[in-house]
Amino acid sequence: MTREATLQRIREALGDKVVDWFDKSEKRSYVEIRPEDVPDATRLVFRELGARFQIATGVDTPSAIEILYHWAFDKVNLLVTIRTKLDRDTPEIASLAGICKGTEWIEREMWELLGITFHDHPDMRHLLLTDEWPEGQYPLRRDFVQPGKEGGEG
Amino acid sequence: MSFAVQALTRSLNVFHLAGSACNNCDIEILDALTPRYDLERFGIVLVGSIRHADVLLLSGVFNKKSAIRLQHLYEQAPKPVVVVAIGACACAGCMFRESYNWYGKISDYIPIDAYVPGCPPKPEAMIAAVAKLIAKLRGS
Amino acid sequence: MGKRTIIPIGPYHALQEEPEFFKLYVEGETVVGLDIELGYNHRGIEKLSESKTYEQTVFLVERICGICSTSHPIACVQAVEDAGGVEVPERALYIRSLIGELERVHSHMLWLGLAGHFLGFNTVWMWVWRYREELLNIMELVTGNRNHYAMMKPGGVRRDIKDEDIPTIRKTLDGLHGPLELFRDAVSDDPIIHARLKGVGVLTPEQIVDYGALGPTARASGVDIDVRRDHPHAAYGLVDWNVVTATHGDVFDKAVVRIGEMFESMKIIEQCLAKLKSSPGPVDSNPKEIPPGEGIGHYEAPRGEVFHYIRSDGSNRPARHKVRAPSFMNVLTDREAVLGATVADATIILAAVDPCYCCTERMAARDVATGERVLTSRELIRLSQAKTEQLKKELGAEGPRLNLEAM
Repeated sequence: MTREATLQRIREALGDKVVDWFDKSEKRSYVEIRPEDVPDATRLVFRELGARFQIATGVDTPSAIEILYHWAFDKVNLLVTIRTKLDRDTPEIASLAGICKGTEWIEREMWELLGITFHDHPDMRHLLLTDEWPEGQYPLRRDFVQPGKEGGEG
Repeated sequence: MSFAVQALTRSLNVFHLAGSACNNCDIEILDALTPRYDLERFGIVLVGSIRHADVLLLSGVFNKKSAIRLQHLYEQAPKPVVVVAIGACACAGCMFRESYNWYGKISDYIPIDAYVPGCPPKPEAMIAAVAKLIAKLRGS
Repeated sequence: MGKRTIIPIGPYHALQEEPEFFKLYVEGETVVGLDIELGYNHRGIEKLSESKTYEQTVFLVERICGICSTSHPIACVQAVEDAGGVEVPERALYIRSLIGELERVHSHMLWLGLAGHFLGFNTVWMWVWRYREELLNIMELVTGNRNHYAMMKPGGVRRDIKDEDIPTIRKTLDGLHGPLELFRDAVSDDPIIHARLKGVGVLTPEQIVDYGALGPTARASGVDIDVRRDHPHAAYGLVDWNVVTATHGDVFDKAVVRIGEMFESMKIIEQCLAKLKSSPGPVDSNPKEIPPGEGIGHYEAPRGEVFHYIRSDGSNRPARHKVRAPSFMNVLTDREAVLGATVADATIILAAVDPCYCCTERMAARDVATGERVLTSRELIRLSQAKTEQLKKELGAEGPRLNLEAM
């Protein structure tokens, strides 16, 4: 399947689930969908189209918490990023670990660094931070204040 | 000079502890043991347990998880033990001292006897540090 | 079944970008489970990066890992260039590939040496590391430092490779071909290594795909992915080379793939040097600002794909910088690979994805019921070495028949 055909297949299968489609270049596409459509989209790109899961990026923006799932189509030199926006006050989404095992660790990481809740994750606990890390303190949030640095720069 | 310190300066048993390092210092430490530098010819050997160690080599910054382990290990070391900080991270935190996961300056919770700066320090620098340290311990 | 015992491995491990704490669950000699705990090396680099300028960030990501210390910078500057649509001069692309491949050879040699150490072949360790020094000499000559080369910057490279240095580099590399062939033969001819590594720690292609494993770990299982070929960047689309794959997915094939890659890397280095000699030009396009947007950069590090994502808000610092090192995906496969293995083989299986060595020097087995220490790190390596000795006797072999003329 060519690069164009791959993108066309994604476009057709997702249909009106697509909130926004942005082709950064011919090798990089960004597709925004709603959080509830992420598992279906994952089955499409991973199971049906055989994409490789690169990683997911959690981003805290002023309006929403975004998750970007990066998928690589190695045969056609194409990277497709599936973007979804979560509510900033109660960010939650279904875990993808049941579909693609490679997502298990990154979901744990996003949970502890950004405070995103992943429903039905098989093994949710701290990955990088200590178990004693204070609850509700998420280092990658914009409003995170480093202990001991209140008021100062940093 | 006490007998214990005198004995310590002969064949040094080194225990190497990497904190939250980038591994470069650790590779250079191992490198110092391989044929080009061959520290083993001076009787310096790496040991697998802190309980056999005369020298504790620290590399990397220590974060909130690894610093606790460091303190436990230091307590387990037979005294006297010489502590050497290898590399910019162990000496001063390098660029990671602004991090939310940095535990703090090592010398605040463990006494350090020698600092070897560099990113990473060359094996020659480590050898020079060991030689100076031994001379200092012997009081010469 | 016997009593279930936990063998903790780690948590400190020094030789890899991601420290792990392995808990091996064993019944008798057989491994029945594995739990992996991270976090001993977490330095908050993604957050720190948001306080650095694009130029400074490169120095920061260089210090993620001392062995991949040019892979992260290449991926990072490519992400910045992707976000800003920055063009890179051709000569800089060749220099990037050159440095990247030199690093790959030294990294694979490092792995080979330590793998030998764990199998009881300390000779292999010492020899390989002695020849690895030659590569570090080249690095020092070209970049000024043995490690942490500080060569990459958004828009190009930080310094050119001088014409007068090229003959010295060539001569050093020519001297390496003999030893590399020796190491290849030492692995492929030696009955002990066959006996220790074949059929050990097998990963199936399905497991590789499911976990998203990368690099030599994937290629040894027949999963033919290599970012250098699949998503051409730097000079990899401009030179002639092959992707090395194998089919069995065991530790032996991982070694075969890595050794094969060293020869391919030498081919790439040779072509880059020839190109540098013949085509002078600028090495830096000096981008002044990065417009708002986002970019992805990835690079095939010695262990697999390194991934960087950068979001720019138009300032001189990244608004978000995501880093994913290959071991993050590879290490999780261990929990499949060690199942059913013996404790003596566990060290080399865990080392096969090239994740961690120093942790194995801090292994200690504890009996769960009593908490009593029953097996030290020394003992584990001794166990592994004893198995090699035993096999030597059974096979009536003395070790590798080496061609010393090649040295």
